[in-house]
Amino acid sequence: MSENIMLKKSDFESDQAVRWCPGCGDYAILAQTQKIFPEITTEKEKVVFISGIGCSSRFPYYMNTYGFHTIHGRAPTIASGLKITNPDLSVWLVTGDGDGFSIGGNHMIHLLRRNINLNVMLFNNRIYGLTKGQYSPTSEQGKITYSTPMGSLDYPFNPSKLALGAEASFVAKTIDRELIHLQNMIKRASEHQGTSFIEIYQNCNIFNDGAFSELTDKTTKSDRVLSVEHGKPMIFGADSNKGIMLDGTTPRVVEIGKEFSLNDILIHDEGDRFIGDMLSNFTSSDTFPEPIGVLYCKERPTYDDLMVAQMGQAKHQSEKSLSDLLNAGDTWEVE
Amino acid sequence: MSKKIYKETLDHVTIRFAGDSGDGMQLSGGRFTQTSAVVGNDLSTLPDFPAEIRAPAGSLAGVSSFQIHFSSHEIHTPGENPDVLVAMNPAALKVHLKELKPGGTLIINKNAFTAKNLSLAGYETDPSEDGSLLDYYSCHFIEMSKLVTEACSDLELSPKIVDRTKNLCALGVLFWMYDRPLEPTVDWLNKKFKSKPEIIEANVRALNSGYNYGETAEIFTTKYVVEKAQLPKGKYRNMNGTLASCLGLLTASQKSGLPMTFAGYPITPASNLLHTLSNWKSFGIKTYQAEDEIAGIGAALGASYGGALGVTASSGPGIALKTEFLGLAVMTELPLVIINVQRGGPSTGLPTKTEQSDLLQAMYGRNGEAPIPVLSATTPGDCYFAAYEACRVAVKYMTPVILLTDGYLVNGSEPWLIPNPDDLPEFKTSFAKESSNGEKFKPFQRDENTLARPWAIPGTKGLEHRIGGLEKENISGNVSYDSDNHELMIDLRAKKIQKITNEIPETKIFGEEKGDLLILSWGSTHGACRSATETLLEKNAKVGHASIRWINPLPSDLGGIISNYKKVLIPEVNSGQLRKIIRSEYLVDAIGLNQMKGKPIGASSIVKKAEELMNE
Ligand SMILES: Cc1ncc(C[n+]2csc(CCOP(=O)(O)OP(=O)(O)O)c2C)c(N)n1
Ligand code: SF4
Ligand SMILES: [Mg+2]
Repeated sequence: MSENIMLKKSDFESDQAVRWCPGCGDYAILAQTQKIFPEITTEKEKVVFISGIGCSSRFPYYMNTYGFHTIHGRAPTIASGLKITNPDLSVWLVTGDGDGFSIGGNHMIHLLRRNINLNVMLFNNRIYGLTKGQYSPTSEQGKITYSTPMGSLDYPFNPSKLALGAEASFVAKTIDRELIHLQNMIKRASEHQGTSFIEIYQNCNIFNDGAFSELTDKTTKSDRVLSVEHGKPMIFGADSNKGIMLDGTTPRVVEIGKEFSLNDILIHDEGDRFIGDMLSNFTSSDTFPEPIGVLYCKERPTYDDLMVAQMGQAKHQSEKSLSDLLNAGDTWEVE
Repeated sequence: MSKKIYKETLDHVTIRFAGDSGDGMQLSGGRFTQTSAVVGNDLSTLPDFPAEIRAPAGSLAGVSSFQIHFSSHEIHTPGENPDVLVAMNPAALKVHLKELKPGGTLIINKNAFTAKNLSLAGYETDPSEDGSLLDYYSCHFIEMSKLVTEACSDLELSPKIVDRTKNLCALGVLFWMYDRPLEPTVDWLNKKFKSKPEIIEANVRALNSGYNYGETAEIFTTKYVVEKAQLPKGKYRNMNGTLASCLGLLTASQKSGLPMTFAGYPITPASNLLHTLSNWKSFGIKTYQAEDEIAGIGAALGASYGGALGVTASSGPGIALKTEFLGLAVMTELPLVIINVQRGGPSTGLPTKTEQSDLLQAMYGRNGEAPIPVLSATTPGDCYFAAYEACRVAVKYMTPVILLTDGYLVNGSEPWLIPNPDDLPEFKTSFAKESSNGEKFKPFQRDENTLARPWAIPGTKGLEHRIGGLEKENISGNVSYDSDNHELMIDLRAKKIQKITNEIPETKIFGEEKGDLLILSWGSTHGACRSATETLLEKNAKVGHASIRWINPLPSDLGGIISNYKKVLIPEVNSGQLRKIIRSEYLVDAIGLNQMKGKPIGASSIVKKAEELMNE
């Protein structure tokens, strides 16, 4: 059997029965992951999926790769330890909005700032699925849930924006229903050297059904979703006649064809942090469409590479042996 | 004008250096220790730091001390009440005088007894002037600041820098009193301040000024000689518990051939492990300063999952944070070493003081039935062997292991017979391989002898499998909610830990093997218990001392040993945690001696308690 034989989708399917609620967005994400992985690697033994706790975090059980279902919020810590120990592995972290941004928020920001070369898939359904429907840190204010019968009081945060604020080197957004787009984002993440962060809007049809329906319904989505691509103008709308224009440093939604032409429309540049920040601000606004695609991507040295380099340097600088260390300092003989 | 100097031989001496945090007492103590080691004494040390890094100069809170007990025979403790107290300022005198032995020697830096310092220490009259000390102690009021200023008058150094050398002046006085050579300290200064010749010069002059003061001052009439101790043959060095722990970890990594990843978050008194190991990258040791203690143990567990020896260390509050991950390590049956350098608790407690109060937390502090092997170190140098053993057992039995040390052990030091790593127990490791007959990999198929599961690391072809915190089906490792399987798995996990009794050598008894009283200890109480037993045996008491390394599992011969004595005494720096375990395990009426004063228990209180019990 040759080393580089192309794997199939079925090679990535484990023998465990998938146990999400029928209709859950997680199914689509799993299927697209299994579909695209043959294009990502021919060595599935080097792939490790690590998750925390939540519906989404059951994901590793269904991938026929190495997998570690850890504890609530702490997957980034295990993934970091694993990756620095064996930088050769392809490490994937699957987390939920509660797992990754409530209990595990601290680990998440530090993972992003360190830029360890691994991939994060955040299943954002804006609800706690596994514990049966409490609001999450990404739920909109006023959310009525079991724990907030009169509406939640706290203001949500926006994971992609937070990721950028934590100095993420790769931030992408996609939606469970955008199958090909989802595959592309996973592929892109795999190619990025550094922590790749993908926020996936995922419908929890049991506890938060329709949270993203505006972005997925045929009738509304083209006006509500802006799919950005590097080097391409930011246009959207059913007739591709709307775009984003910069007025000084202020973005505006404009109609193409009348006052403004295609030339006035902002061209997406993944390496431009200003644009990344701007796009991340569009989320949940009434004025702007929801951006999907790679919002920001700019490589910088990864923690694991820097560590390998430092280890090499240390080896180079010191030839001490264990015996040298044991016998160091002032010693004396007792006869 | 030469004076007559008498020489008197002493068996052992305890000196305490005390001063303001800025007075360099740890340095004086450290140098006295090194010199005593080199001249061949046995010794044991106990540094004591204030919790505040920058407590106001001259305040009671800012007093730092260092105690050394050195001797011409084997000793096991840093001593209790010192024979000599060096007090560099009024606050140091105030804090420590009550512990100086009646009739002990008091050496005072007279220049620090200023009105301001006296009032900071709460003295209404100057004890160095009012005669209040003279009746009780042999007092030497030395103008150390003045001595060093005069000695360095022709050097172009600021008065402040010169004044800082007074700790070497104090050291010089003691070197004279105890007839020790100055060369090791001079050599050390030369190395330490290589690029600053004027600093070396000032310190050497300060050292000599103290020594010469002893030589010339009328009141110093006697030099004390503490002869070499008869220690086992071999090559020695002085060793503290931090370095010993780290060397033990390194030896484990080298002997097993496993790379090591150490992940931790700074906390007193465990930080020095992270610092020390961070210098050993050339040995392939990766160190990782995590964002918190949870991330520390998580990264260590991730490392173990990846085929390295994952190690984390912390103390008090940090260990509390790691609890949930301990459960995951138990459930996934991965090797992991957790070092708890115990300090005074609860909560932030006494960060710089020692205590043994986390034993029950180590034993039971988890949700569910989650047995974890727990072992302890007895002396600073023993941390080496304990750390090695922790690693070896973690890998052999595929389990997290908790090693309990404490503030006294990591900061204390003793002469250490340098071990040969070849003499340590064998440390074999093997990773699972794809089966040749195409059989599906079974991640929870256990080794018959150890009940350990295979270590199957990512990157190995054909072994792709999933693990996690959910209960798993026996053998296949698939998620299982089956009730019978759950009970079986609890049982298997517990049996596996019990198998570790096979690793525990026969418990050695010091003293009588049968008799009136067994003194039973774990961890750093060892030394005081041993000294107390020596004293009791000299008085013909029928006592024996057993020190146990492993608390979970307990040695299999312990029950029999206990039954050989009429009574069992368990001294601990906690409210009786091992005692609870021993009582419930062996149904014996074990009696405790419990002190929680932030320092080791003294041998004398053990002797007293033992005699009380035997006279009852
Ligand atoms: C320490 C701890 N606290 C609480 C829980 C209970 N818990 C499990 S999953 C979860 C929230 C999951 O929400 P999210 O991360 O959004 O995942 P989803 O189920 O929505 O995919 C909670 C609170 C737990 N398992 N562990
Ligand atoms: S509760 Fe929601 S998120 Fe969880 S499996 Fe069901 S639909 Fe999916
Ligand atoms: Mg969720």
